[in-house]
Amino acid sequence: MSTPETPKASEERAARTSVFTGEALARLEVDAKDIISRYPKERSALLPLLHLVQSEEGYVSVDGIAFCADQLGITTAEVTAVATFYTMYKRRPVGDYHVGVCTNTLCAVMGGDEIFSSLKEHLGVGNDETTEDGKVTLEHLECNAACDFAPVVMVNWEFFDDQTPESARRLVDDLRLGNDVTPTRGANSVCTWKQASRVLAGIDDGRATEGVQASGPSLAGLELARQRGWQAPDPADLPAAAPATEDGAK
Amino acid sequence: MTTLTPILSKNWDRPDSFTLAAYREDGGYQALRTALGMEPDAIVDLVKASGLRGRGGAGFPTGMKWGFLPKDNPNPRYLVVNADESEPGTCKDMPLLLANPHALVEGIAIASYAIKSRNAFVYVRGEVLHVIRRLRHAVAEAYEAGLLGTDILGSGFDLDVVVHSGAGAYICGEETALLDSLEGYRGQPRLKPPFPAVAGLYASPTVVNNVESIASVPSIVANGADWFTSMGTEKSAGFGFFSLSGHVTRPGQYEAPLGVTLRELLDMAGGVRNGHRLKFWTPGGSSTPIFTDAHLDTPLDFESVGAAGSMLGTRALQIFDETTSVVRAVRGWIEFYAHESCGKCTPCREGNFWMAQVLRRIEAGKGTEEDVAKLLDICDNLLGRSFCALGDGATSPVTSAIKYFREEFIAGTHTPAWELFPYQRTTRWSSESVEEDA
Ligand SMILES: Cc1cc2nc3c(=O)[nH]c(=O)nc-3n(C[C@H](O)[C@H](O)[C@H](O)COP(=O)(O)O)c2cc1C
Ligand code: SF4
Ligand code: FES
Repeated sequence: MSTPETPKASEERAARTSVFTGEALARLEVDAKDIISRYPKERSALLPLLHLVQSEEGYVSVDGIAFCADQLGITTAEVTAVATFYTMYKRRPVGDYHVGVCTNTLCAVMGGDEIFSSLKEHLGVGNDETTEDGKVTLEHLECNAACDFAPVVMVNWEFFDDQTPESARRLVDDLRLGNDVTPTRGANSVCTWKQASRVLAGIDDGRATEGVQASGPSLAGLELARQRGWQAPDPADLPAAAPATEDGAK
Repeated sequence: MTTLTPILSKNWDRPDSFTLAAYREDGGYQALRTALGMEPDAIVDLVKASGLRGRGGAGFPTGMKWGFLPKDNPNPRYLVVNADESEPGTCKDMPLLLANPHALVEGIAIASYAIKSRNAFVYVRGEVLHVIRRLRHAVAEAYEAGLLGTDILGSGFDLDVVVHSGAGAYICGEETALLDSLEGYRGQPRLKPPFPAVAGLYASPTVVNNVESIASVPSIVANGADWFTSMGTEKSAGFGFFSLSGHVTRPGQYEAPLGVTLRELLDMAGGVRNGHRLKFWTPGGSSTPIFTDAHLDTPLDFESVGAAGSMLGTRALQIFDETTSVVRAVRGWIEFYAHESCGKCTPCREGNFWMAQVLRRIEAGKGTEEDVAKLLDICDNLLGRSFCALGDGATSPVTSAIKYFREEFIAGTHTPAWELFPYQRTTRWSSESVEEDA
């Protein structure tokens, strides 16, 4: 179900020389084909394909955009319009480790603001900048759906919950020294930014069963219920309630 | 007294809770077998009778939404699960998917069968790597066990499920923006009508539901509508996650009947952190007007929260104590909306940009006499005039904070918020020092 290539797209294609060549190109085309085949319409594969090219170069380059356009038979302008809309696609190379500090209100108040400014000073970089050794890119994030673990830091999109300025500084030091670090709720170790992008493209890395199922705040309610013997009602022993009616839902 | 009702979270304390084997040991996938023996329409009726309302924020009745799919449309039908979870404060779907992804997968299979869909998608926000791994793993396990794919459990029903990662855009949680994003475009909201039920994914009939809504369906099939309505209130039936965060002793996920109060929940969570008192809170994320200690006994159901001037939203209870500057909190949220505005319509794009500027100035103690009026004026221009609910939602924290704490905004004409409310006092690690001082 291939979309016919527009004249403009094929013209653009002819005019380009891509770093996606030879062995790398062949390999990526196999991945791309697999991804595209999952969708009823090819174009739906564009976001995964952008993650895929990011996994190759660490960011979405002009060549990466061209690769996506080629695979889908659309123009590079169409791909660029999409790539620039989404914050996870980076337009400059990202370090091996992307360190995101949540500074949305709840985390900020709980200490995320201090963590972020402390890391800026410690690493000598600003927002969205990479350390000179190419190891760490620092960015502040919006709410990452872990507010009950505030303040939250993400490394290559793995959770590092309940941080302090000290723990966050230690974390980035370890990353730069190449020491293993362990997410609080995630795989047993942090993969590289490129490897993470590959998972986001939809290619498994076999690490899903690593790490905890839940921890701390996720279990707060369940643990209390266990202590107090609270349970959901027993369906075999319901109180005689008014029968449910359809307009009860309105 | 309301007690907790662990249902979706009831297996979270077993280390292998996310595996198919563990889920099945707890009775998992029996509801799917039951469902496949029923007429699809009977399942829609059952979900209608349960009174289940959408858990993604708006609270639309789920069964009714399923019933809206036109019977005569020849196009394929799609189920799209919204796992974008990005509303500030909302943190329930991600731990659910990490610990118990099979509850969603089973729910998807049942819901797809009920609405006669052969293709389902889960749109997960991209910034949660391990959640995506876990969900993909659960889907793979289900395929292998014949619970997805062709001829599921010998019923003749076929279903394919695709886990799709987003790429960082809050607006893609809005259901029509999500559909555009899933089609491979910029995530910008569509004009409604047509609603997704009529022209959704690939212009075909589509149901979009939140993770928790769909994950609740197996329990309804297993235990019946009466069981579900025995929890909650008449118009807000059943249970849901209440996510406590911020200045509370034991933050976390509390699965309870709708209608529980913050007073009850705080009691369970050990109260506001040591030595402090409640100042303001959000009942359902940053897009729902804030409440104060005057609302401790408001039942947290759709009707009661609405009557008290806010919205139940996603039950994201962000708790702030008296050390917190409300101006700082609101400035943070509005910077978020300004950043996340998709730019499609002027009131939202410009309004949030200007509000962020004004709020930064007030926070710095450099506000002007007119600034409060200016904020309210911008909100007036936004509310009801924006293309989608992001714009409306952005006015919630501003107007409600001014309503309850106007004097703090006025103080911003002369004193910085960080002098009135020293910021180091709000942090997680400051609680020790407060205790020592006391
Ligand atoms: C700006 C915006 C963001 C939203 N984000 C989400 C989200 O992350 N998850 C979600 O389920 N619903 C979100 N919604 C609500 C969806 O549009 C939609 O109502 C919901 O997915 C329907 O599912 P439900 O009926 O099961 O709640 C958002 C709405 C808006 C306006
Ligand atoms: S209200 Fe904001 S987010 Fe919604 S369409 Fe308009 S600009 Fe986009
Ligand atoms: S505010 Fe930081 S994770 Fe929600």
